Amino acid sequence: MPKIKLNLEIWRQKNAKSTGAFEPYQLSDIDDDISFLEMLDLLNEKLIKEGKEPIEFDSDCREGICGSCGVIINGQAHGPLQATTTCQLYMRYFNDGDTIVVEPWRAKAFPVIRDLVVDRNAFDRIISSGGYISTKSGPHPDANTHLIPKPVADKAMDDATCIGCGACVAACPNASASLFTSAKISHLGHMPQGQPERSRRVFRMVRQMDLEGFGNCTNIGECRAACPKEISLDTIAQMRRDYLSALKE
Amino acid sequence: MSHPQAKSITTVFKKVIIALSGLGLVGFVVVHLLGNLTLLRSDGSAFNAYAAKLEGLGGLLAVAEVGLLFVFLTHIGSTLTTKKRNLSARPVAYRQWKSKGGDTPSNSSSRNMAISGSLILIFLILHIWQFRFGPGMSQGYVATQGQEQIRDLYRLVVETLKNPLMAAFYSLVMVLLGLHLRHGIWSALQSLGLTRPRTLKPLRLAGAVIGVVLGVGFLMIPAWIYFGVSN
Repeated sequence: MPKIKLNLEIWRQKNAKSTGAFEPYQLSDIDDDISFLEMLDLLNEKLIKEGKEPIEFDSDCREGICGSCGVIINGQAHGPLQATTTCQLYMRYFNDGDTIVVEPWRAKAFPVIRDLVVDRNAFDRIISSGGYISTKSGPHPDANTHLIPKPVADKAMDDATCIGCGACVAACPNASASLFTSAKISHLGHMPQGQPERSRRVFRMVRQMDLEGFGNCTNIGECRAACPKEISLDTIAQMRRDYLSALKE
Repeated sequence: MSHPQAKSITTVFKKVIIALSGLGLVGFVVVHLLGNLTLLRSDGSAFNAYAAKLEGLGGLLAVAEVGLLFVFLTHIGSTLTTKKRNLSARPVAYRQWKSKGGDTPSNSSSRNMAISGSLILIFLILHIWQFRFGPGMSQGYVATQGQEQIRDLYRLVVETLKNPLMAAFYSLVMVLLGLHLRHGIWSALQSLGLTRPRTLKPLRLAGAVIGVVLGVGFLMIPAWIYFGVSN
């Protein structure tokens, strides 16, 4: 198996209050079949052996479905590949001797906690402001009592695939959370259960998104390119449609 | 049901204001270009007659001008506050930022709307000062239309655009206008929620084509006058 050597420039920051800086690292003998996070694990093992502080980064499932991991790799959220989370990015996409710059997501609403870890509670607060259905679930309804056309169900499912990783905010030149917020509004808004609270939901979630200090969407579309789940830009248009029709009420 | 949240101007609502004012300005740009096409008649009589007709509207013209000023100020004001929010949304800049490309509207137009818009604004101030408040009949810019004497605006246009600096600046701004509209028209439709999964890409393409055509249309004028019209 080919082994590669890398020069890494990684953002180190002790805590939310301190000012961070880039630190250079060298790592050799990297198996190119390991993932980007496993490469960071190797680097951390080396740092621990040298008696240095390991680099803090978020990860959980490491199979691209939890939304925990995510860093800026050479200026791109989750690295160079489309529809891929950082944990699913493999070292074979890099060349021997490459210099890789690793930064945390940067946004006022995502303050750095330590090194590459950012506080994404702003997303949770957007969800708790209205991204739910407050009906009693009760027993399952009989099959086919609520007929939902297949394209509508597909659209709801597509938007529900958002894992809340924050790459949309990180990649957006405006640090806007519109793709995340719209996906969380849209996946409920397409379902019959989501109708009673549809207007309230869009108002509250948009307002919370603004309160958190995210930027305003200017339809650039970098979010779409960075989204590991490929949430479509028409989801943002859907949010605006919902908003405008809710205004009419 | 009333929504207390609806009363505040959210980012979504602000984009609606930007979109509506922007589309209004696109309408103005279309009419302005159609009027300016009379400049291509090289004796200038058609253009002067058109300008005289507009001036002859009197009060109606004043209302239109005030309305247009209002739309411009709305567009500028709401984009400025949006830009301010967006600049503060990322206090620490990335050391490196690279577009992830793909099939998205991210391009030099969409990422630099504030720059193209600001330069168009600077141009606009100069343009209005040069022509709307520029020399008129009392300064000797007089043309005859039948038995009437009207302002020879055509002569002023030719004199201005024969200046290589002015021709270059006007041309540059028309390129920027085309780039601004290449993103702006589609972006307005997206901000108003008018795009659907199936129409997203066709509308994006149509908006870009219309924007570029308008830019090229305006670009023809300084080029035509600088190279084509003899003094």
